Amino acid sequence: FSFKFHLSGTCAHLQTAVGLHRCHLNITGACSAIQKMTRVRVVDNSTLGNTPYHRPPKCIHVYNKSGVGKVGDKILLAIKGEKKKALIVGHRRPGPCMTPRFDSNNVVLIEDNGNPTGTRIKTPIPLILRKHEGEFSKVLAIAQNLV
Amino acid sequence: MAAVCGRFLEPAVVRGLAQASAARPGARCRYFSSSALLRANSGEPPKFQPPPKPVIIDKSKVVVERRFLSPEFIPPRGRKDPLKYYIERIDMIRRRKVLNIPEFYVGSILSVTTADPYASDKTSRFVGICIQRGGKGLGATFVLRNVIEGQGVEFCYEIYNPRIQEIKVLKLEKRLDDNLMYLRDALPEYSTFDVNMKPVPYSPNDEIPVNQLKVKMKPKPWSKRWERPYFNIQGIHFELPEEIMEEAQKLSQPWIKFDMLREYNTSELEKKIWNEVNEKLKK
Repeated sequence: FSFKFHLSGTCAHLQTAVGLHRCHLNITGACSAIQKMTRVRVVDNSTLGNTPYHRPPKCIHVYNKSGVGKVGDKILLAIKGEKKKALIVGHRRPGPCMTPRFDSNNVVLIEDNGNPTGTRIKTPIPLILRKHEGEFSKVLAIAQNLV
Repeated sequence: MAAVCGRFLEPAVVRGLAQASAARPGARCRYFSSSALLRANSGEPPKFQPPPKPVIIDKSKVVVERRFLSPEFIPPRGRKDPLKYYIERIDMIRRRKVLNIPEFYVGSILSVTTADPYASDKTSRFVGICIQRGGKGLGATFVLRNVIEGQGVEFCYEIYNPRIQEIKVLKLEKRLDDNLMYLRDALPEYSTFDVNMKPVPYSPNDEIPVNQLKVKMKPKPWSKRWERPYFNIQGIHFELPEEIMEEAQKLSQPWIKFDMLREYNTSELEKKIWNEVNEKLKK
């Protein structure tokens, strides 16, 4: 899909508020899978992921041969001015048949050794993660809903 | 019978006639009237009881059982050899004999149980509303959508995939559109369905109810411009300003419905395939 949005409709109200400055809001459509510069949603209950910040957490590197991250890939996230590793648990791109497609790009914060930072994950997690039980066993242990 | 009405009959004769009419229930009793019985019991003059209204059974309007042919049986328009579709249909019917694939439409709520090697107890169940039915033949798919814990989840299932163990229709209904992809941009309450909801019973002879629900949308931007006449969506309650709706109507193409090259009349094909499929399924 290619998305194009009318900037006039979305930042018209902002134009009037800010005055004569033209705000250059780049609102691209959701980049289907996760790659560099995608804004992600942190899904666990860690403090780093849940405290509000004026910039959304963004992916800055995908630990993959291709730069596109799917479910089960590790990525580097820029949150609150810090770098943090994370695990992709769901994306907007339709994957293989019989796998879930989520409405947002979901991510779980992770340490370098693979331990999750948070203690609970409320949002549904795909069952495909069980394929690599060894790496993600701790993440699956704190997950409450498995889809 | 009219001559008998109002005549005073003796109780014994009345009882005898009543017994006779009871013995032959089918026979029309011409000589017995209930009003005379009433008069026989009390000495008052009989009240005029009009004869019972005749029940008219209109045999020309017999209720026909609903003929439903799943859309993946109908071959697409093209120049392929119909033998290919015939062979595919044989395989589809073989699978249908093993797994009961019920009749469902876009907008009905289904629950699907699949075999999953990565799930505890090896099966996974998903409940959702069918938003799209695509593909023809063995690759036919349907997409179920549900919102779980505030997160919208969609599953694209292949109807003839051997991993599917059960497809159950929890609520059979149609919506105003054939494609409910706009539910992604609608408020999440319209896509939330209880995972443990009880199946709503329906009889195979009733007409399928059409849900006239008009869905409210989240603020723009949407993933597609649903107000445009290309999508021809009836099921959204647009709260957009009139200028945007008029701008969208400028892109309408009213000549398309007169285009004869786009016509694809499937009624005869459907009848043939329906007969063929039914015969084989009954074997």
